[in-house]
Amino acid sequence: MLIEALDVGFRRDGRAILSHVNFSITKGEIVTLIGPNGGGKTTFARLCLGILTPDTGTIKRQPDLKIGYVPQRLKLERTLPLTVERFLTLRQRGQRVSMEALTNALKDVGAGHLLRSQMADLSGGEMQRVLLARALVIKPDLLVLDEPAQGVDFAGEAALYQLISDLRDRLGCAIILISHDLHIVMGQSDRVFCLNGHVCCEGVPEQIGEHPEYAKLFGPERAGQYGVYAHNHDHEHQLCGHVHDGDCGTHDIPHEDTP
Amino acid sequence: MDDFLWRAALGGIGMALIAAPLGCFVVWQRMAYFGETIAHAGLLGVAFGLLLQMNVTVGVFIAALLVALGLRLVERHSPLAKDTALGLLAHVVLAVGLIVTSQFQALQVDMMGLLFGDILAISTLDVFMVFGGLIVIWGLIFYLWQDLLTVSLDRELALAEGINVDRTQLLFSIAMAATVALAMKFVGLLLVTAMLIIPAAGAMNFARTPEQMVVVTGVISSLSVIAGLLASLYFDIPTGPAIVVAMAMLFLLSSFFKPR
Repeated sequence: MLIEALDVGFRRDGRAILSHVNFSITKGEIVTLIGPNGGGKTTFARLCLGILTPDTGTIKRQPDLKIGYVPQRLKLERTLPLTVERFLTLRQRGQRVSMEALTNALKDVGAGHLLRSQMADLSGGEMQRVLLARALVIKPDLLVLDEPAQGVDFAGEAALYQLISDLRDRLGCAIILISHDLHIVMGQSDRVFCLNGHVCCEGVPEQIGEHPEYAKLFGPERAGQYGVYAHNHDHEHQLCGHVHDGDCGTHDIPHEDTP
Repeated sequence: MDDFLWRAALGGIGMALIAAPLGCFVVWQRMAYFGETIAHAGLLGVAFGLLLQMNVTVGVFIAALLVALGLRLVERHSPLAKDTALGLLAHVVLAVGLIVTSQFQALQVDMMGLLFGDILAISTLDVFMVFGGLIVIWGLIFYLWQDLLTVSLDRELALAEGINVDRTQLLFSIAMAATVALAMKFVGLLLVTAMLIIPAAGAMNFARTPEQMVVVTGVISSLSVIAGLLASLYFDIPTGPAIVVAMAMLFLLSSFFKPR
């Protein structure tokens, strides 16, 4: 077990962002987190990273666990001149990155040729690869990717998913992938968690090949990179945040944020 | 050459070297107005200095620091847009500063010198203060360098990597306040921001890394100080504005070069 979250709750400004979350990930596993915006996916990723600490419950990390993080998006400041090389060596005080580790990480993501490029000149797909390389420099046991396909076109997304599953196979690292799409997920996901303040449901995605209509839509080369996730909720969410019980819709089970 | 010219040249170059890294961060973090506001607070500092009989530079440092810290609070809690809040504060502190210092007419406050600087009148003590400041401020920036770069690049990334963003910004504010205080005698409170941002803007076209940009900024700044001094000597024009105009001319020149 690399990370295990037990009954984790997190509040911010008096509002419950997450409550009663149970989660775990083991070596070499790919877990996809999906859920609506504001559902707490990024917050959960930060709890896993240890940047935030839970208000209730516990998060157990394997000792000396090295986590590589790829943030959701980088609104890079364009007035700041920065080569890819310098960006990859930009670390907190005291950390050092060898040139060899740096070029290897870039090669791993197929971006070796970008070493001397300016960050501001990168395309969306190139930027994602460079961010990924930055996370790989430390040789992580676990990669946390926050919506890596954002700002990348469809072809780029399929290529990115291919790359991520290759990385898992080659480097043996586990991967937590946060995704914006509620139904179409990365095909190689071992498990899917749907997060909306709490874990709404979890399961295994079906290969898209099992759905001929979808497969036709995605095209034969790309279909392998995607899976379909069928949600299995036993409740509904209302706008106000109350949870509707699936069986008897008449009584509301309030979320923890409602007094 | 006369002693006062040596002091001016030496102090001016020291000041240019302090301003170089600070100016780059002001450009990267888009804080020109922030710098402007704490510079305007300097006048209040002059008044404090006179009232409490302390060194004017120290008074300005304290006032600039207080306003810088106040601004951080306002930024976080004010319902106003950031530029509105800054614009409001910048001019209120300037107005109050003008009123308070006007009460010291008997002491013959050199208002022009405060607002536009008087580099030819700086003392040996001033030169020592600049080089003391150079060591302290560079030390601080060197210590914060990686964190400040990450914060400037993307605040979210810095937060995600566990950098203490608030502490980093607080220490940077202290460096800014010290720079404003030291620069006042050279280019004056109204031109401090120009000294910070114009050379940095000019260096942007030549740099491929942040470190290169700081070096080029320092070169542009130092050249401008010398050019401004000479121009002021030969054409009998005010030195602070001459330095700023020299910076602007180098900036214009730089924009003819192909961006990196």
